[in-house]
Amino acid sequence: MAGLARFFGGRLIKAVAILFAIVVMNFLLVHAAPGDPATVMAGEAGAGDAQFVAQLREQFGLDRPLVVQLGTYIGHVSTGDLGFSYRQQKPVWELLVQRLPATLVLTASAFALALVLGIGLGTLAAVHAGTLRDGAITVLALLAYATPIYWIGLMLILLFSVRLGWLPAFGYETVGAGLTGIAHLADIAKHMVLPVATLGLFYMAVYARLTRASIQEVRDMDFVKTARAKGLRESTVVFRHILRNAILPVITVAGVQAGQLIGGSILIETVFAWPGIGRLAFEAVLQRDYQVLLGIFFISSVMVIVFNIVTDLIYSLIDPRIDLAS
Amino acid sequence: MRSKTFWQAYARNKAARFGLVIMILVVVLGLFAGVLFPASPWDMVNAPFLPPLSDGALLGTDTLGRDIAAGIAYGARVSLLIGMTSTAVAVVVGVTLGALAGFFGGWVDDALMRFTELFQTIPNFVLTVVLVAIFTPSQRSIISAIAIVSWPPLARLARAEFMSLRSREFVQAAMTTGQSNMAIIFREILPNSLSPLIVSASLMVATAVLLESSLSFLGLGDPNAMSWGYMIGSARTVIRQAWWMSFFPGLAILLTVLALNLIGEGLNDALNPRLSRQGKA
Repeated sequence: MAGLARFFGGRLIKAVAILFAIVVMNFLLVHAAPGDPATVMAGEAGAGDAQFVAQLREQFGLDRPLVVQLGTYIGHVSTGDLGFSYRQQKPVWELLVQRLPATLVLTASAFALALVLGIGLGTLAAVHAGTLRDGAITVLALLAYATPIYWIGLMLILLFSVRLGWLPAFGYETVGAGLTGIAHLADIAKHMVLPVATLGLFYMAVYARLTRASIQEVRDMDFVKTARAKGLRESTVVFRHILRNAILPVITVAGVQAGQLIGGSILIETVFAWPGIGRLAFEAVLQRDYQVLLGIFFISSVMVIVFNIVTDLIYSLIDPRIDLAS
Repeated sequence: MRSKTFWQAYARNKAARFGLVIMILVVVLGLFAGVLFPASPWDMVNAPFLPPLSDGALLGTDTLGRDIAAGIAYGARVSLLIGMTSTAVAVVVGVTLGALAGFFGGWVDDALMRFTELFQTIPNFVLTVVLVAIFTPSQRSIISAIAIVSWPPLARLARAEFMSLRSREFVQAAMTTGQSNMAIIFREILPNSLSPLIVSASLMVATAVLLESSLSFLGLGDPNAMSWGYMIGSARTVIRQAWWMSFFPGLAILLTVLALNLIGEGLNDALNPRLSRQGKA
């Protein structure tokens, strides 16, 4: 348990350092952007309102030296004040908190789906290396790797919503259906199928390729021969001995790529009108609402750090030799 | 590089040959876009919502009567230009930082690797979106934004190469003969670490093309250039009535990125023969 506490302590320090760097980066972006920082913060919509701009100038001390301004800015952010969206007439923090659950559900499901299917398919391909099944999985992974995810999303809508009418294409629930309880959950689940599958597909391809390569490397090692020589069943050899060792690099990469998964949700939420952070980002881009955009950048960095810590924990569960504290 | 054996090794990979053929077609399409489609891709040349194989519009027209085929041809220019340029910038930045870290080690290495780590933690795509939105979309801002998020893997690779090569005898010999650090970096180490760098740079062009298309899909493309992502983004809302408007540009992206990936793998086979033979069981 002490190891776990130390692990979280160390991770927390690192996380704070990274977040600090990101806040500084946000600050510099506002100042490096073309135009007066106050109008940049106000965004295109608020820039016309002289009173609001003056208020921002006052609030962030924009006439004082840059270092003082940075201090003020960090002070604001550390109290959860990520600015005010003039366009939406709401604090940025409130907007983010409102949209966060939808994005978390989407990205976490896609991540889980990609890991399970990717590792499964990769294993299947490696075990049957050189056969038709292996070839099919390899080609599938290659294609998924090269296809823009927003386009896959649109094509899936075309097939499953427009042509076949099986699944809803937009939103996260049927508007005005007034469903409750299990029916409501089922409705949400139905709306989730396409966005989760689309977002997960690309990463599934990545993990499948990695798993296959990783198993190829492990499969001829001595401990595998020993396991076979002991007369263990093939499935035990594959799952308990080969996969358990081959899976580690996959999980490392999965952790590193969590950030891209969150970036991908901007595209997916735009395509499927999923009411999360990504959709908010798209709206903020359209409205040039920079405060919201910078807030999203901040919150998505927090999400990446959390995802990374979770993958480290998974890592240590699979490989007990890894000492979290070190 | 003995070019004959290089081509033999490359051509042994059937998929890589296929990739090269597609890539040549895309490049030719981009180069001769102006000859094939003399009218601007922004011009309304036909009735809107014409399906594919219509008269005068092979791949159909979009909601404003613009020719989809022309858009794809001109889009090839944008995709390749931005993909190549941003990769070139990322290579220069990444290799420089990685080379410094790997060559000098110590606190230089520490500082540079912390910096690299920071950029690897930051959600890539979110940062590109923020950068392009704040600095307003233009060819320059898009290229810079893509380069800024793409260099870290190259820096890591260059660092690893430099670290291992720096202790090799020929580098040690160059040091004892009193060559300057710059001469050692550029004349001794860099030429010997090129092959893995070339392979990952070629794969990076594919990622950059995808990134550019995603940006323009969100409406953050260069407003003066017709691009594949823009075509899909603007046809998104009419997908129910007109599948072809988003289907063909997407297919163009898919084929281009696939070709670049296959070429990358072919280069890997040709440049790192030992590695690739192990990879295939």
